Amino acid sequence: MLLISTVSWTQEQVKDSILPVNLSEVILIGKPTQVHQKQAKPLASLDEYLQQSGRIDMIKRGGYAWEPMINNMATERTIVTIDGMRIFGACTDKMDPVTSYVEISNLSEATISSGQEGSCHGPTIGGSLDLKRLRSTYSELGLSGSLSSGFEFNNKQRIIGGMVHYKDSSFYADANVTYRKADNYKAGNSQEIKYSQFQKWNASVISGYQFQNKLIEGSVIFDEANDVGYPALPMDISLARALITSFKYEVAPKSGLLNHWENKLYYNTITHFMDDSKRPNVPIRMDMPGWSDTYGYYSKGKTKKDKHHLLFNVNGFYNRSIAEMTMYPSDPDENAMFMYTWPDVRTLYNGIYLEDEIEFSCHNSLKINGSFGFHQNKVANEFGLESLQIFYPEMADQQNRFLKSISLQYKHQVKDWFFSVCSGYGERAPSVTEGYAFYIFNSFDLFDYIGNPNLSNEKSVEGNFDIRYKTEKIKTGITFSAFYLPDYIIGIPDDNLIPMTIGASGVKIYEQLSFANLIHSSFQCDYRFNDYYSWNTKLQYSYGKDAEKRNLPFISPLQYQSQIQYKKNRFQTELNVIGNATQTNYSPFYGENRTPDYAILNLSVGYTFKWYSQKLLVNAGVENLFDTYYSTFTDWNNIPRMGRNIYINLNFSL
Amino acid sequence: MVLIPITQIKFTMKLYKIFFLFALALITSCSSDDDSTPVNELDGIIKVKEFTNDTHIIELYTSTGTTQQGYNEISLRIKDKTTNNYIQNATIEWMPMMHMTMMNHSCPYSTVEKETDKETLYKGYIVFQMPQNESEYWDLKIDYSINETNYTVTDVIDVPATEKRVVSSFMGTDNVRYIVALIDPKNPKVALNDMTVGVYKMENMMNFPVVNNYTLKIDPRMPSMGNHGSPNNLDLTQSASDEFYHGKVSLTMTGYWKINLQLLNASNEVLKGEVVTETTESSSIFFEIEF
Repeated sequence: MLLISTVSWTQEQVKDSILPVNLSEVILIGKPTQVHQKQAKPLASLDEYLQQSGRIDMIKRGGYAWEPMINNMATERTIVTIDGMRIFGACTDKMDPVTSYVEISNLSEATISSGQEGSCHGPTIGGSLDLKRLRSTYSELGLSGSLSSGFEFNNKQRIIGGMVHYKDSSFYADANVTYRKADNYKAGNSQEIKYSQFQKWNASVISGYQFQNKLIEGSVIFDEANDVGYPALPMDISLARALITSFKYEVAPKSGLLNHWENKLYYNTITHFMDDSKRPNVPIRMDMPGWSDTYGYYSKGKTKKDKHHLLFNVNGFYNRSIAEMTMYPSDPDENAMFMYTWPDVRTLYNGIYLEDEIEFSCHNSLKINGSFGFHQNKVANEFGLESLQIFYPEMADQQNRFLKSISLQYKHQVKDWFFSVCSGYGERAPSVTEGYAFYIFNSFDLFDYIGNPNLSNEKSVEGNFDIRYKTEKIKTGITFSAFYLPDYIIGIPDDNLIPMTIGASGVKIYEQLSFANLIHSSFQCDYRFNDYYSWNTKLQYSYGKDAEKRNLPFISPLQYQSQIQYKKNRFQTELNVIGNATQTNYSPFYGENRTPDYAILNLSVGYTFKWYSQKLLVNAGVENLFDTYYSTFTDWNNIPRMGRNIYINLNFSL
Repeated sequence: MVLIPITQIKFTMKLYKIFFLFALALITSCSSDDDSTPVNELDGIIKVKEFTNDTHIIELYTSTGTTQQGYNEISLRIKDKTTNNYIQNATIEWMPMMHMTMMNHSCPYSTVEKETDKETLYKGYIVFQMPQNESEYWDLKIDYSINETNYTVTDVIDVPATEKRVVSSFMGTDNVRYIVALIDPKNPKVALNDMTVGVYKMENMMNFPVVNNYTLKIDPRMPSMGNHGSPNNLDLTQSASDEFYHGKVSLTMTGYWKINLQLLNASNEVLKGEVVTETTESSSIFFEIEF
């Protein structure tokens, strides 16, 4: 017990002594006690949790596996880690973002960092999302457990899960299983959205042992989804499977140079089978399996010397991404048509991140952080290399680059006001798709995409501004982030090329625009009327244009969210309105059309029953109360969202 | 005090090495090299058949062990029936002949030359522009002289039709009959493939000389994939060294490809073939590749 607190104490200690203005946003997910009192729908999917953030928007291709965007930047420009581990989806069509391979029962919180604030775990432009594993280091000694179950009437989603925790003075173990199965959902006006069903089960174990001031911990997550439909895409998946493992060694030296030192080795493997066997009418039958394996490590240390809070993180990974496409001609005597859409690309990255937060006084501090890393791509498959050499005859099988970043953040406090100004520079390497795609069809703009191995680093120059005001009654703030992105990577049509996919409009090659600009701003206000009533409002607006003054895709129009909450003893209820203004700055050049405005209303109630040590938490609610038919700017091909949905969540803890 | 960062550095260095080794192992395991077998006279060729006369047995070889419609590279060697030795100093000429019901005609063929680096083998090619059928057949007459003594042998040669079109015979707008025969790629890959074609004209029933300074335009398409086409193809032009026409054909996936052709003369006038468009899905002359 004492040792656990040593480890956690050192973690917190560094954080706490600094000004409590943190640009990172934390979404609590599975932290026992706290979260169940806070969330109106505890068994919501991770995707639903994440979209509460003012910085995150989720691109939806169906009812499952939404793709998170940070500051309106999607997977290529952001990094998503699980406890610092890098994982890469295995689908060329981004049907399996990293967040689709975990369950809320695996996690305690999600930390969203904007821009270079998020470069601790690797190079990024838009920011980072770090998902923290749930471990019972905070819970009480002994054995405990809980069972949860939920049902959603709209798509008949059945959720069942269980957790077991054990903890003694030097050892802890947590295990959990969750199963979800949903049928097609119905959009507003009871319109059934075909191919929106999914089924997923997830199991995870995490266990640690503490001795002296050291901790060793092993973690395994196994996640498998089957029969997942993607109504916005021409294909579905028959299997998406992930095994995510790690081993951690942590020390909290009582004296010496470091206060805290954490080392991790990890391995994860993803198998993803895209197929179209459930679709009755397709121009040609095809299979598109993909695999992604990642081996990685990091070593992270913290120390405090006088006014300096220092942190370093040496990290690296080796990833293998391979994806195939086999098409079956209608004439059975004809040979199948085969190609590698990702030609077995091996990515090796090794980098170091350094951070120093200088505390001038209790009211102001300056944080400097920077990173430097070596990034290498290698096409390991001869077949795939020769395929790409059709487009790039001089192409070598290997591309090396260095990635740099630096950022400076000044924080200042005057009474109840907190200010933070930050500027930064960062670089990223092209993603596997951007560098090596071979006729990957994008159903959004109907173009086949070809990668470009000659791309240079995409850069980012960013500025952030943050003001917050906080008293007992009111908590409010605005954030403003602007990004100037030289060498912005995006697909540009090449009229000389003939598309491969039947029905495609053309072929796009990943090229670099001289620059693009992105601005993300948000406003938040929490107000407590009294002990029982509170009101919370969020506004969000973004702007994005490329060098040719064309709008960028997936840029948020004005979004708003407002909720009134009443909480008394064991009862809570919440009324919530969510909406968008009309998306006027849409991007026809990048395949987007105008999305009209919408507003929906949600209502929920929750009550906790208690008998001795047992607790039963009941949450029920209605989402989209008026059964509005709508889609938002992040809905792929304007796929409509869920209509009225009544849900009930039960959690019984022992 | 200072020990912690050092161990940490060592630790990461070690990791780096492990990853490096791992990467290296993966890379090396992917490449194979076993083309270092000793040189043998019959390496890579299989016997098609033997022609026999009173004095000699003439063995015909091709890389597949068969002859067929289209371009055939044929190696042969002459065995003395009495000594069982292979003749190394013969001069050989050949003449393929199609025996049709109404008439006879020959086809494009090369001279027969001693193969360099080989002791007993002679080599040439024949382009059978049409296959045999029940009543019509090809034979091959081989005239050879050894130490100024002339010999001859003639026998039927098997020329079945190919599954895919690898040779095309057509009348140009200049009223000349042309024959184009696909030579390479023999083993097509998803890549930018070297393409070789022989282009001949029919001077008369017996003479089919190579035509010079023409251009053969290509447009590879996949009819099963909505007539998908490939980029960066290089039209075929004649090389000075071997008189064949050389270019590049890019195939973006495995499967069935139709290589649409257009033959242009030295003044760039189209003699035969059409440009593929939305409405014209295929040229009237083409080759087929399936792999």
